[in-house]
Amino acid sequence: MAIDREQLLHVAHLARLELREDEIERLERQLNDILEAVSKVSELDLSDVPPTAHPLDVVNVWEADEPRPCLTAEEALANAPERDGDFFKVPPGGAA
Amino acid sequence: MIDTLRLTAEEARRLLDAREISGAELFAAYRTVIDERDEELHCYLHVCDDPGGDGLPIALKDVIGTKGIPTTAGSRILEGYVPVYDATVVERLKAQGLRILGKTNTDEFAMGSSTENSAYGPSHNPWDPSRVPGGSGGGSAAAVSAGLAPWALGSDTGGSIKQPSALCGNVGLRPTYGTVSRYGIVAFASSLDQVGPVARNVRDCAFLYSLIAGRDACDTTTVELPHPVELPEARDLKGVRIGVPKELNEAEGIEPGVTAAVQAATAELEKLGAEVEACSLPLSVEYGLACYYLISPSEASSNLARYDGVRYGYRADAEERLEMYERTRDEGFGDEPKRRIMVGTYALSAGYYDAYYGQAQKVRTVIKREHDALFERFDALVSPTSPTVAFPLGARTADPIAMYLSDLLTIPSCMAGLPGLSVPCGLSEGLPVGLQLVGPQFSENALFRIGHAFELAAGFDPVPERLRT
Repeated sequence: MAIDREQLLHVAHLARLELREDEIERLERQLNDILEAVSKVSELDLSDVPPTAHPLDVVNVWEADEPRPCLTAEEALANAPERDGDFFKVPPGGAA
Repeated sequence: MIDTLRLTAEEARRLLDAREISGAELFAAYRTVIDERDEELHCYLHVCDDPGGDGLPIALKDVIGTKGIPTTAGSRILEGYVPVYDATVVERLKAQGLRILGKTNTDEFAMGSSTENSAYGPSHNPWDPSRVPGGSGGGSAAAVSAGLAPWALGSDTGGSIKQPSALCGNVGLRPTYGTVSRYGIVAFASSLDQVGPVARNVRDCAFLYSLIAGRDACDTTTVELPHPVELPEARDLKGVRIGVPKELNEAEGIEPGVTAAVQAATAELEKLGAEVEACSLPLSVEYGLACYYLISPSEASSNLARYDGVRYGYRADAEERLEMYERTRDEGFGDEPKRRIMVGTYALSAGYYDAYYGQAQKVRTVIKREHDALFERFDALVSPTSPTVAFPLGARTADPIAMYLSDLLTIPSCMAGLPGLSVPCGLSEGLPVGLQLVGPQFSENALFRIGHAFELAAGFDPVPERLRT
């Protein structure tokens, strides 16, 4: 399964990456090499094998829903690139 | 005069308890060596002032969140980020009085096998500074090896503790998945990431593991250890059954000098009383790498979605929001995270999910079953940790797949959530070779016992030859 330039730009958009022209050319080549290597997994017939998402048999770990201390608004905003009072400030949404 | 190259954490603790040295003297001794040697080795991204107290100093890989201390994960996108809370492992170390010496270099977001993907420049191997220290946790491994820290924490997704430990001549443990909290750790691939210790010998490694292991309410994937950590004492290996998987020991690309050192080590294990027998992992090694390079980028593409320039980290200038996200991520991420985000996004996208990610999860089951079957006959499996000794800086940077092959032998057991210990077992071309010991889940005590007995018998000197006086 080869990936072409159009697909690559679509995936980049899904991943919210604005790639430069030189990156697009390099990534097209490298991604195809990597995808060819990882496609090896399709050699095996595993229709009867269940998937493993997690290596331990831990399921549904619940905690009591009780309030406890957490970060203050000031702490949560301490690393904000830009803020407006107690809000994170971002540029306005565009047409996209 | 404190010789930080020779001082083990256990001995340092004894000296502190006996009041033969003060905590301030000990911390200052490491700071002095950092000032002397880190310009050449570049182990640290940030060095801390002594917070006071009499606990042991420790270095932390820079993916571990530290309150009030910059945490970059080796990425520009986190430049200037200062966490407002401690990771659980840091809380536990502080509760024991340990003091943070600094934050160590790593490939960006722990993605790499050499530290050359760090946005802040590579670290250098203390045995030969023209070579890599391994990665991603090369900063921690090089710091311990060169006496810039008595011990350190790393993180391991597909080999990032074990491989640099091997290349720098240290002891490194990737713990059983779920035994150490990931709360406050910069996430790469959540079903694989584990924090673990890097030390100068097995007892220090085991002790450090005992300080960080156990269930954490803030990480629901953690479990309580079924039995407490035991510091190894035994000098023999009577009754221990060791398997030598053919595919992990004869894989293409393993250097002859590495094979020779590991064969000698295996013979030594037998001499110590272990029963050693050949065995096989036919599918795990052949399909492990492909499985890993689908699952880990898929999880990474999801985990790295949080870096959007809104709440913390780098933000690019832009008039509109979408443009801001896309430009921030293009300018903030280096090449390797971008490659993995792209591979992962593609592998998870509609139409490709079943063929790539879904199939890789089934391969993961196959790998787990293959290992489970071997552990009905064996207590541990041995192999080289890395196919090669430390390679020259720049040798693999142009070819991502050549770099990925560095983790060929560490990846299969990671996919199965198994613990692995790397112990130095000799030199090849004057550079350290690591012996990998892999056991069933929660078998850390057995691995420590084997590693300790081997280490005493082998008598490997972990101090880099060029630094010996």
